Amino acid sequence: MSEIVLETRNLVRRFGAFLATNDVSLKVERGARHALIGPNGAGKTTLINLLTGVLPPSEGQVFLEGEDITSMASFRRVKRGLTRTFQINQLFNEFTPLETVALAIAEREGVGHNLWRSIAGYGKVIDEAAALLARFGLSSVMGERTVILPYGKQRLLEIALAFASKPRVLLLDEPAAGVPEDERHEVLQIVADLPADVTVLLIEHDMDLVFSFANRISVLVAGAVFVEGTVAEISTDPRVKAVYLGENA
Amino acid sequence: MLTILFDGIAYGMLLFILACGLTVTLGLMNFINLAHGAFAMAGGYVTVVMMNRYGISFYWCLPAAFIVSALIGLVLERTLYQWLYQASHLDQVLFSIGIVFMAIAATDYFMGGQQQLINLPPELSGRMDVFGVGIGRYRLFTIIICAVLAVALQLILSKTRFGSRLRAAVDDRRVAMGLGINVPLVFALTFAFGSGLAGLGGAMGAEILGLDPNFPLKFMIYFLIVVSVGGTSTVSGPFLAALLLGIADVAGKYYVPAIGPFVIYALMIVMLIVRPNGLFSRGGR
Amino acid sequence: MSVLPQETTVSASSSTAAAETRAAKLMKRRSRIRFYEIIVWIAAIAAYFLLPSKMLILTEIAILALFAVSLDLVLGFAGIVSLGHTAFFGLGAYVAGLMALHFIAEPVTGLIVAGITSGVLGLLTSFLILRGSDLTRLMTTLGIGLMMAEVANQMAWLTGGADGLSGFSPGPILGMFEFDLFGKVGYLYCVGVLFIGTMIMRRIAFSPFGLSLKAIKGNPMRSAMVAVPGRKRIVTAYTIAAVFAGMAGALLTQTTAFVSPDVLAFHRSADVLLVLVIGGTGYLYGGIFGAILFTLVKDWLSVITPQYWMFYIGLLLVILVLIGRDRLSRWVEYLPERFSKKEDR
Ligand SMILES: Nc1ncnc2c1ncn2[C@@H]1O[C@H](COP(=O)(O)OP(=O)(O)OP(=O)(O)O)[C@@H](O)[C@H]1O
Ligand SMILES: [Mg+2]
Repeated sequence: MSEIVLETRNLVRRFGAFLATNDVSLKVERGARHALIGPNGAGKTTLINLLTGVLPPSEGQVFLEGEDITSMASFRRVKRGLTRTFQINQLFNEFTPLETVALAIAEREGVGHNLWRSIAGYGKVIDEAAALLARFGLSSVMGERTVILPYGKQRLLEIALAFASKPRVLLLDEPAAGVPEDERHEVLQIVADLPADVTVLLIEHDMDLVFSFANRISVLVAGAVFVEGTVAEISTDPRVKAVYLGENA
Repeated sequence: MLTILFDGIAYGMLLFILACGLTVTLGLMNFINLAHGAFAMAGGYVTVVMMNRYGISFYWCLPAAFIVSALIGLVLERTLYQWLYQASHLDQVLFSIGIVFMAIAATDYFMGGQQQLINLPPELSGRMDVFGVGIGRYRLFTIIICAVLAVALQLILSKTRFGSRLRAAVDDRRVAMGLGINVPLVFALTFAFGSGLAGLGGAMGAEILGLDPNFPLKFMIYFLIVVSVGGTSTVSGPFLAALLLGIADVAGKYYVPAIGPFVIYALMIVMLIVRPNGLFSRGGR
Repeated sequence: MSVLPQETTVSASSSTAAAETRAAKLMKRRSRIRFYEIIVWIAAIAAYFLLPSKMLILTEIAILALFAVSLDLVLGFAGIVSLGHTAFFGLGAYVAGLMALHFIAEPVTGLIVAGITSGVLGLLTSFLILRGSDLTRLMTTLGIGLMMAEVANQMAWLTGGADGLSGFSPGPILGMFEFDLFGKVGYLYCVGVLFIGTMIMRRIAFSPFGLSLKAIKGNPMRSAMVAVPGRKRIVTAYTIAAVFAGMAGALLTQTTAFVSPDVLAFHRSADVLLVLVIGGTGYLYGGIFGAILFTLVKDWLSVITPQYWMFYIGLLLVILVLIGRDRLSRWVEYLPERFSKKEDR
């Protein structure tokens, strides 16, 4: 029995009278490849927002490695190894990819508060940033302003940026959406190659991808967990099919 | 004591009328219009000119102030403001400060820098005694007019088609456009209406608040307090905030004259810390 | 790199090495001294020799420049629109005046005390700007500015009320350089402080801290998601900016031997915003370029229309915004970056 790293208890989030997250209790084991699926508007992104502190929950609690982080600031959660990517790119438009990634690495290394030394003096940080960008095929554009990069490159940077924080728990909100076909596979390969002790929670609409990647799947419908199980259980569950066909077809 | 309360209420009501146009531009259209007071000042000067130069009755001046300010608002909205709805807040701040500066200098040029006085009609001046409480007639008049306006406003926003269109336009511009609502027109009319109300407030306030070219700067902070403390989701929020501010200000100046203005700034800062989304906003979000 | 387990192939590692070299180069390039920086300081010195009759306005420019550069740290880096930056300028001005009047006439001491006092006020008030939206920040900064003006007005026994503070004269700088009648020493003193202040803020700008400020401005949500402690950073930046704004105020007091209540007036907060907007935000020298342009324009306007120059300043603001201040202030990017021409990217 492996340990639970991320857990929610009776999580509820309302927008006005609308229930976007409805009593979600979720447990994610260390090293899991856990997929979160569900039709559009099911509340997947909202759940990630609650987990990362972008939104406060209306009710319920969030635990990270056994500790209650419900009211902890986002940046502290990241420091504790929980980070994410965004479904819609959230980048620093005026930064270059190099600056973007270097910032994240500097913060992770705890030198972000230094206001006297030039960032150019942190050789280790810059080397690591360069290597990470090379890994994501971004070396050639590392000196351009992010806002002028093609969408596919921005998407890669979005994911590279989450990697820069070296998360122990990584939440990916439709990471491959918008990545050019030829780079799509590469992105998912990078995610799949993460060390086994890194826990991944993946939101993805492509079922084939989900079934080949995940070892556990939660299906979210109308804000609540509809079913949860192994790939084998979910892929054969007729109710899941009905939900998807009913909503999407 | 009760007299102070009464004066405070009159003052607060006036602030509400002055500021409620700002509630809409700021709260609903998300435009930081620091020049709102300039429209109020325009209304005030319209009254002064009509009464003192042409001897027109005060009662005619009030609608005239409304109309002139609304027209100015309409013209400025169509020519300038509309381009900045999507601009950054910094741009809006700079732009509206620019308008304030221009308004101040232009007023100074045409009207001179001195305080303007108006002679109220005799039936509105003086005090009367009601159960031992000294009540200024003009203040009573102000309260009545403002209360009627506040109720009318609430009804317009919640009951009429224009109100629902405005709310739709504000909620989601694109959807409203799709529904065939002429969003720019709705915005322009709203802006003009808000400016007109400010002008009316300026006309009525010339007696109570005073009127000189620095009016827009002097009262900028008051308007902003009303809006930010009252929140922008309702009419009643800013209304209560304005009342509270009016009473606090009058009482502060009366009981602790040395630190009078201090009281409201301190109050405002405390409120902003405790309730950054406004005192009466529906929490959450 | 431990995230990336299979960096083994020769080609991969050699391309990584190439990337590292380029990254190091790019990063050094970021903080390199620009061509215009050198020009600015040479011009400042040259002005001393070439324009001996213009010392007063040049001094005014240097003071306004320091004030604007300090605001840039808040506005251009952290992205906080402040309508009350003059609270710190004014406090520094009064503290320097009171120091000279009651304690020590030596200016540098007064300058430092003024900076520290303003910094303390900055630190205390920075907590008020952490919450809420742009609007609440505008309100609180404006409120703090107005409150300071009110305090100065009410505490007439200390501040001289509406008459201001006078009757003191600053002693020789560091006990050595006496202020002269033509303001030459005063000018050099102000330029010296401006230089040191700008250099300090420049270091901050290119540090990891400076980068994180820009990240907070660019995208606060994402900056939190890369572990930037936004509030702490804003508190620090705001405090530092307050220190330099206070010093700018102190310079004004010391070079004019007078403190007027006008140092806390709202229009000063608006002016300094305009200065930054003219010069461009986010690269520090915008404050200096803006101060030069603003002061010259204002000086010219107050000659042709002494009473109504405010109108044209307002007009300038409106036009600037309508044209698009980004486009306007991007002119700096067209300045040559360095002396040698070609440079690989
Ligand atoms: N800030 C908000 N205010 C109001 N409603 C919101 C807000 N954020 C999300 N919602 C609503 O909550 C519901 C869930 O949204 P969410 O983005 O979590 O869905 P999702 O499962 O991620 O969908 P998708 O597959 O399209 O990304 C939607 O109906 C959405 O309209
Ligand atoms: Mg989503």
